[in-house]
Amino acid sequence: MTTLDVAIVGAGPAGLAAATLCAERGLSTSLYDEHGGPGGQIYRGITTASRARAEFLGEDYWRGATLVPPFERSGARYVPGATVWALARRADGTFGVSQSAGPPTARYATTVEARAVILATGAQERPFPIPGWTLPGVLAAGGAQLLLKTSSLVPRGRVVLAGSGPLLWLLAAQYLRAGVAIAAFLDTTPRGRLAQAAPLAPGFMLSPYLAKGLDLVRFVRRRARVVEYVTALAVEGKDAAEAVRFRHGSHEETLPADLVLLHQGVVPDVQLAGAAGCALAWNDVQACFAPVVDVWGGTSVPGLYVAGDGAGIAGAEAAEARGRLTGLAVANALGRIAGTARDAGAQRHRRELAQALRGRAFLDALYRPADAFRMPHGDTVACRCEEVSAATILQLARDGCAGPNQMKAYTRCGMGPCQGRFCGLTVTELMAQAQRRRPADVGALRARFPVKPVTLGELASLPVGEDALRAVVRSPD
Amino acid sequence: MTTRAYDVAIVGGGLVGAAIAFGLRGLGAKLALLDEGDVAHRAARGNFGLIWVQGKGRPEGEYRSAQREGRPVSLPPYAAWTQRSAREWPRLAALLREETGIDVALRQHGGLHVCLSPDELAARAQRLTQWAAQAGNEAGVDVLDRAGVAARLPGLGPDVAGGTFCAQDGDCNPLRLLRALHAGVAHAGGAVLAGHAVTRIEPAPGRFVLRTAHGTVECGRVVLAAGLGTAKLAPMVGIAMPVAPNKGQVLVLERVRPFLPLPLETLRQTDDGTVLIGDAQQERGLDDTLDPAVLAAMAARAARVFPFLRDVRVVRAWAALRVMSPDGFPVYAHSSAHPGAYAAACHSGVTLAAAHALALAPAFAADAWPAAMQPFSPERFDVRAIA
Amino acid sequence: MFARLPDDAATDVAITIDGEPFAARAGDTVAAALLAAGRRVFRAAPATGAPRGPYCLMGVCFECMVTVDGRPDQQACMLAVAPGMRIETGRGVRAVGADAGTPP
Repeated sequence: MTTLDVAIVGAGPAGLAAATLCAERGLSTSLYDEHGGPGGQIYRGITTASRARAEFLGEDYWRGATLVPPFERSGARYVPGATVWALARRADGTFGVSQSAGPPTARYATTVEARAVILATGAQERPFPIPGWTLPGVLAAGGAQLLLKTSSLVPRGRVVLAGSGPLLWLLAAQYLRAGVAIAAFLDTTPRGRLAQAAPLAPGFMLSPYLAKGLDLVRFVRRRARVVEYVTALAVEGKDAAEAVRFRHGSHEETLPADLVLLHQGVVPDVQLAGAAGCALAWNDVQACFAPVVDVWGGTSVPGLYVAGDGAGIAGAEAAEARGRLTGLAVANALGRIAGTARDAGAQRHRRELAQALRGRAFLDALYRPADAFRMPHGDTVACRCEEVSAATILQLARDGCAGPNQMKAYTRCGMGPCQGRFCGLTVTELMAQAQRRRPADVGALRARFPVKPVTLGELASLPVGEDALRAVVRSPD
Repeated sequence: MTTRAYDVAIVGGGLVGAAIAFGLRGLGAKLALLDEGDVAHRAARGNFGLIWVQGKGRPEGEYRSAQREGRPVSLPPYAAWTQRSAREWPRLAALLREETGIDVALRQHGGLHVCLSPDELAARAQRLTQWAAQAGNEAGVDVLDRAGVAARLPGLGPDVAGGTFCAQDGDCNPLRLLRALHAGVAHAGGAVLAGHAVTRIEPAPGRFVLRTAHGTVECGRVVLAAGLGTAKLAPMVGIAMPVAPNKGQVLVLERVRPFLPLPLETLRQTDDGTVLIGDAQQERGLDDTLDPAVLAAMAARAARVFPFLRDVRVVRAWAALRVMSPDGFPVYAHSSAHPGAYAAACHSGVTLAAAHALALAPAFAADAWPAAMQPFSPERFDVRAIA
Repeated sequence: MFARLPDDAATDVAITIDGEPFAARAGDTVAAALLAAGRRVFRAAPATGAPRGPYCLMGVCFECMVTVDGRPDQQACMLAVAPGMRIETGRGVRAVGADAGTPP
C-alpha cells in the first residue's frame, strides 16, 4: 500500500487552501470531502450554484469560487462523497485514515495511510436548546441558508427567525431581497452587549466590514419586524411548529409560525480531533471547546493538524489563511521546504489572518449567546437523539456525577447517532452550572470512532490482518 | 482541605467497588466510595453486560495469553463462585429496584455461544462438556447443532455450525447497574465521592490515611477495588495484586426493534434496542485506542452470524481495559500486615456483582477472613507478598 | 413551507415520496426535495416516537433520516436525489431480520 504524504478532511476554505498549497509543494495530497462537490458549508454548491443567485447570496459567497480552480490545477486528489470515520496514529508515526466512499448502494470502507493529516472539518451550528426545538418545522438558520444555496428554496408561509449573530441577519437580508416576507426577527442578543463589545476592536469600528454589517442590519430593520432583547423563547405545537412564544422586557407574546429558523452562532466541529486524542481546551469567550493548536495548526498529536474553524471560529477568510499556514507547516515537516521558506511564505498569510481577525473579538463579545439559551432547564430536551432533558442532567449533576462521560453512561446523552454534537456543550455547561465548576474543569464528552455511522457491512469490508483475526476468534487454537 | 473520616472506605467506583459498597450499606458502618474523575480507565463503562456462566472456571483456563504462555490454570471454585453469583442476581436486581427505583433489565433465560465452523464447534463441544463434568459444577450445557441454534435465533447465516447453550446465562444493562449501585450507596447514607483518585495509602495504628486528588480521607477499614490501579495501591497495605490490562473492543449498532431473544457470548441486544458486538483480547498496556482492523474482524464475524445486520449502522465503538490477573481469575485478599485492609480485582464485574454485593462484602465487614475466599488469594501466584 | 425561487433553472428529477410522484430538481438533496414537497415530518424519534424533521441540514444532527430505495436510516441532507428514487418518511426504529419490512 502506498503512503500518502498528507490526507486532508473537509473541502471548505481551509481544506481547499491547505490541499492546494501542499500539492503545489509536491506533496502527494488527498482531500476527503463528505459532500459531492467542493466548498464546505460556507461555499456549498459553489461549483453548481446559479449565477442568478449572485445578487442575494452576496459577494462573500462568490469569493469561494476563486479557491476551486487553483485547487483543481494543483494536482491534489479530490475524493467526494467520502466520510472519514476513524483516525489512528501508529507506532511509526503514520496515520491510518479509515473512510467510507462509494454510491449509497455499494459503500465500502478503506484505510489509507498518510504521513500527516490536516483536519479541516469546520464549524457546526451551536445547539439552541429551547422548549420545542425538536418539533418539525424548527430548523437551524444555517441549514435553511444551504437550501437557498443549493436548491433555490425560500420559506413560504409564516416564518420567524430567532437568535443572534451575523448569519441570521445575512439570511434575513437574503430572504427579503428575494421577496420573502418575514413574520418576525427575534433578536436574542442581550441588552448592553454592544457597549461591552465596542472597546474590544477600535479599529474594527471604522472598518468597511462593520459598515457592511450595519447596512445589513438596517436593511432588515426597515423591511421586517425586529424584536430586540428577547430573553425567553419557546416553540409550541403538537406534531410540528405552530407558534413561537417569546418574552422581551416584561412583555410576553405568541406569534403563529410554520417555520422557525434558529441560530446563535457556530462552534468548531471537534469530533474527529477529539476522538483522535487531540487535547481540547475550553474557550470561555466563544463558550465552546476547540483543539489546542500552535500557530501552524499543530495539535497535541504529532503529525495531526487542524485548520480553519475546526480549530476555533474565525470565519471563512481566516480559514483560508489558516489552511495555507498549516499547508506550509506540513510541507516543512515532511521535508519539502526549509524552515526559512516556510516562515517567509507564512508572512503574507499571517497578514491576511490578522486582517480577517480584526473584528473577531468584537463579534465574539457581541454575539456570545445568553446563558439562558445555552443552559436550559426543566423538560427542555438537551440530547435530541436520546431525548434526555435538562432537568435529568441537572439532577444527576447535583447528585455528584463525575463528568460528561459518566453522564453519558447514566443517561445515554451523547450515545445516539449524532454522538453528542448537539448536546455535548449543553451537558458540559449544565454540569458546570449545577456543580459550580468551570466548564474547563468539567471537561468534554469523549467522541468515539466511528465519528459518523458506518454500516456493519462497510466496517466488515476493511482489510483484516492476521493479528486482528487472532485478537478476535474466541476458540483458542 | 479538611480530613474526612469514615468507618470503611472503598477505593474504586467501578462495578467491583460499587457492588462491594452496596453490599456494605446498612451494616451500620459509615461508608465512603471513592471514585476517580470523569476520564479514567473505567472498565465499568466499557462493559458488555453479560451474566455469564458457561465455561467459567473451565479446565484449560479462559485467559488466552495464559494458555499461550503455558500457564493453563484451573480454578474450579471460580465456576462455583460464578454460579453462585448468577443465582443471587435476581435478589440483587430486586434490591436495586426497591431501593433506587432503577430497573437494571436483568434477563436470565439462557445464553448461547455460536460457532462458525464444524471445527470450532467440535473444539467448543469438547471443552464445554469437560467443564460441565467438573466436580461441583451445577450448571449444565447443551451442545446444539445448527438446527438447535436456528430454533432459538432468527436469520442465521450459512456459516453457523452450531453452538453451546447454558440456561443459567443472561445479561443486564451494565450502565444502569453502575448507576443503581452508586444510587443505592448514596441512598443508604454512604458518601459517593467523585474526583477522589487515591494516590497514596498510609497505614496508621487502627486506621488508614488515604491521600486523594481531592484531600485526605481517613478510615478504619479500606477495601481496594480500583481495577488496574489496585496493582499500585495494594502493596501500600501489604497485599500483592498482580493485575494487568487486557484490551477488549466493543461495537454498538443503532437501535433496532427487538430481534434477539437471548444474549450470545459476543453479541447481544440491549433493552434500549442497540446491539453490542464485543470481542477481542489484546495485551497493549494502557493503550485503549481502537484498532479499525480488529473492529472489522469483529464486524465480519457478527455479519456471518446474522447477515441481516450488514446494513445496520455502527454508531459507536470503544476499547476498554479488562483487569486481568495472571491466570485470568478473580483475586480477593486481606492484609495480614495491616489488618482491616482488603483488595478485590477481577474482569467479570457484571457477572460477579451479586456475589460481590451479597457474599464478598460481608467478608470485609467480618472479624475473620472466610476460608471460602482462600482459593482466590494472590498467594496462588508465584509472588512475594510485599509488606 | 418552502418554495422555489421563480428563476430556478435546474432540471426536474422525478422521484416518489411515500408512493406519490414528485418533481425534485437537480442539485436537491433528499431533504431539500422533501421540504420542497411540503414535508416537515421525516421520521419518529427512537425513544418516544415523537415526530421529527430535519434540523441542521449539514449532516450533523441525524434528525432527517428517511428510507431511500428500501434502505432505512439514510441521512436525507447528505444524499442527492436521483431519477426514480423512492423515499419513505415517518419510520421509527427499524426492524431487522425476519421482521424487516413490517410496518412500524
